[in-house]
Amino acid sequence: MRRLWIGLTVAVFALLLVVPLVRITMGAFNDGWNGFTHGLSRPETLHALFMTLTIVIIVTVINAFFGVMLSLYLVRATWLGQKIKQLLNSIVDLPFAVSPVIGGLMIVLLLGPDTALGALFGKAGISIVYALPGMIIATLFVTFPLIVREVMPVLQEIGSAQEEAASTLGASAWTTFWRVTWPSIQWCVVYGVVLTVARALGEFGAVLVVSGNIINKTQTATTLVYQDVENFNLTAANSIALVLAAGSVTLLLLMEWAKSRREVH
Amino acid sequence: MHIEVSGLNKKFGEFQAVKDVNFEIEKGQLIGLLGPSGGGKTSILRMLAGLESVDEGEILFHGKRVNDLPPQERGIGFVFQNYALFKHMTVEGNIAFGLEVKKWSKEKIKARVAELVELTGLSGFEKRYPHQLSGGQRQRVAFARALAPEPQLLLLDEPFAAIDAKIRHELRSWLRDMIDRLGITSIFVTHDQDEAIEVADQIMIINKGRLEQKGSPWEIYKNPQSPFVASFIGESTIVDDVSSLLGFGEAAAWPGTKALIRPEYVEVGKPSDFELLSATAKGRVRHVHFRGSEWLVEVELGAARLVTYRSLEKEILHPGDEVQVLIHRAYLFNDNDSWVMENKLKEDPMPVHI
Amino acid sequence: MSSMLQGRWWSWGFRSAVMLYFMVLIIFPILGIYGQSLSSGWSDFASNITEPLAWKAVLLTIRMALIATVVNILVGTMSAWVLIRYRFPGRRLLNSLVDLPFALPTAVAGLMILLLLGPRSFVGQLSEKLGFTILFHQPAIIIAMVFVTFPFVIRAVQPLLEEMDAAEEEAAYMLGATKAATFWRVILPNMLPGILSGAMLAFSRALAEFGAVVLVAGNIPGKTLIASVYIFGEIESDNTVGATAVSVLLLTFSFLILWTVNYVQMRRKGG
Repeated sequence: MRRLWIGLTVAVFALLLVVPLVRITMGAFNDGWNGFTHGLSRPETLHALFMTLTIVIIVTVINAFFGVMLSLYLVRATWLGQKIKQLLNSIVDLPFAVSPVIGGLMIVLLLGPDTALGALFGKAGISIVYALPGMIIATLFVTFPLIVREVMPVLQEIGSAQEEAASTLGASAWTTFWRVTWPSIQWCVVYGVVLTVARALGEFGAVLVVSGNIINKTQTATTLVYQDVENFNLTAANSIALVLAAGSVTLLLLMEWAKSRREVH
Repeated sequence: MHIEVSGLNKKFGEFQAVKDVNFEIEKGQLIGLLGPSGGGKTSILRMLAGLESVDEGEILFHGKRVNDLPPQERGIGFVFQNYALFKHMTVEGNIAFGLEVKKWSKEKIKARVAELVELTGLSGFEKRYPHQLSGGQRQRVAFARALAPEPQLLLLDEPFAAIDAKIRHELRSWLRDMIDRLGITSIFVTHDQDEAIEVADQIMIINKGRLEQKGSPWEIYKNPQSPFVASFIGESTIVDDVSSLLGFGEAAAWPGTKALIRPEYVEVGKPSDFELLSATAKGRVRHVHFRGSEWLVEVELGAARLVTYRSLEKEILHPGDEVQVLIHRAYLFNDNDSWVMENKLKEDPMPVHI
Repeated sequence: MSSMLQGRWWSWGFRSAVMLYFMVLIIFPILGIYGQSLSSGWSDFASNITEPLAWKAVLLTIRMALIATVVNILVGTMSAWVLIRYRFPGRRLLNSLVDLPFALPTAVAGLMILLLLGPRSFVGQLSEKLGFTILFHQPAIIIAMVFVTFPFVIRAVQPLLEEMDAAEEEAAYMLGATKAATFWRVILPNMLPGILSGAMLAFSRALAEFGAVVLVAGNIPGKTLIASVYIFGEIESDNTVGATAVSVLLLTFSFLILWTVNYVQMRRKGG
């Protein structure tokens, strides 16, 4: 019985997770090493990777900051009523339920060139949709809950007693945060950040809608993979996918590491 | 159920949890397995239940070897330390579970559950879930659930550990009555000597995987067969230099022997309180503690420090008071042997020295 | 005094900034899409939402997502059980691999499935011989959905299995229950809340999935065109009203699921 279950599980994992990874690697080297490097060294690939990297960095920094702050407020703030906190709390999860395509559509509807807001920004010389700002906003939207959802339960669990103890000992709010609160949530923040990076790196639907997928301009790594597949340029698609997959596996290792640290603390 | 255990051994990795344990239990007895935590009591219980495999030795129920019988077929009721009630089932559901898996008929199950609910005083709580019950009620559900399939042996692992001190007393006597009434052979594990003394017919003292002594509570108290048992049961102080105590000069014949002295072996008071003043020595009161129903007095006697009880009816002592101290007896032990020694001066009405 | 005032200004500024960010980023767009869907009138909305192809897309999505969820309930429960209860070489590796679909870009996942099931691949040729095709047909959609939602059930069941008191299982054995009876009557009910909430999350994620599916589904209207791809198509062809109408339909559905999950979890914690 036991052997059967273990065998079955290993088989499922191998088929569903390992074989595809191996297949991508093989696919990337279909035309040998040259095919792989050629797929990667195209100017559009380099530009797409650069775009992805830019988005990942900006999104992670912004969401890490706001995510931690919002978690603190939703758990600790006395200036928010209990009912409002509950409401906000259930709203935080909404981006999980929104299809990325719809997320992108929302931003097009609100900030597209034909809308009032979009026209306003356009006059000021800033284009949002079909440009980097829109892509960043779309990714921010999609990744927003990740950090909040990691940090909030821990804040709830540790309670406010330690923070109160610190303030009775004369610590300022600032000192209390950095010396008492932060050490207990830091690994959850790290875990949330890794999740955010993974999601931002891989975001496709929302970015595809918002960016218009303009080559060498607003194309990201994932939308380039899509375009290459549509153009039957499979080797190039595989090469980029392999780079992204390698990034994901690295992130996976980081996740494991952050998880183990989180459990220690 | 008649139980016989011989040469029982159990190892967890390198750790020898149970070492060569032998005992026999008559039908209908209530046995307390007493000892410090981690001493192997629970391992013995779990081996009896079949939840842990036996490394060496034999377990016989009614003279039949059951070592290889799975727990399902041993016909044992087991009450777990934290009750392990099924969280998603009501009180009724929990009690009926063992009957349902035995494929009893619906009517019989209903009748049996009603009977047990009545017996354990849970009427009115049948539809509640475990998390809606108090600790004492949960304990009774666990008890009813274990009894439902009419087991021949009931095992209880620290049955009172998770209950408030106050209710614990009530539950103890309740359990005692219940087991008496049902006449079921029962074994319970505890680390609380009061509990064992109060509830059990027979106590088995387990330490470091060994069975130190088996007997009635009074026997064990009166006649401890090892220093561990002596120090574990009741309160006591250890005196290193026994021969310096008045009346125990003979102990000098056994070098390296120490004395264990219980509070009730010692009497303190004014010279007028004693008939045989010559058997008493002068001591000084160090502390007195009010214990609710008596005084606990600490006295200094030369280098030794002893504790004793003193009735509230007697004159109140104060720290620093000079008092006469009489030691009735001491439990002596060295590496090889242990025995009880009475105060020689007390026995001899004409003491040699004055 | 002045430093206190300053501190108050600071924290007031902080609060407003965070709340404003929250409002603008999350609440605004969602309200916006609901508002937009009705902006060109109720009848327009109604005609877009009753468009047969749109309906077919939504229904197909729900059907595919349901099947994927059932697969994940079975496979996920089994995997969680094996990963927690059994010790075997490679267990830790498998446990880390569970999160791979979360870490992997969905477009990459789509590409993987495309390669594995394509007409030139082993599986593709095998199924061809057996007389059916996977790629660009419904099975491919299900496989893509199963892949991207794979971790949900496992990750929801694992903590429950770990928390479960081993004594509860032993109690069942002591009462005479066989291993199978113990599993069905004691262990499974303990896992059930995790299975349910994991399944709900997987279902709502499957409904929303785009990247993995768009590459492997044939996207033939009425047959293999799922809702999110339909919406994308409408956007591409500049029919934002149509896209919005279907979005609202899908969104409302997903929100209902999400809130049910929250409610179930809250009740579980409360109870």
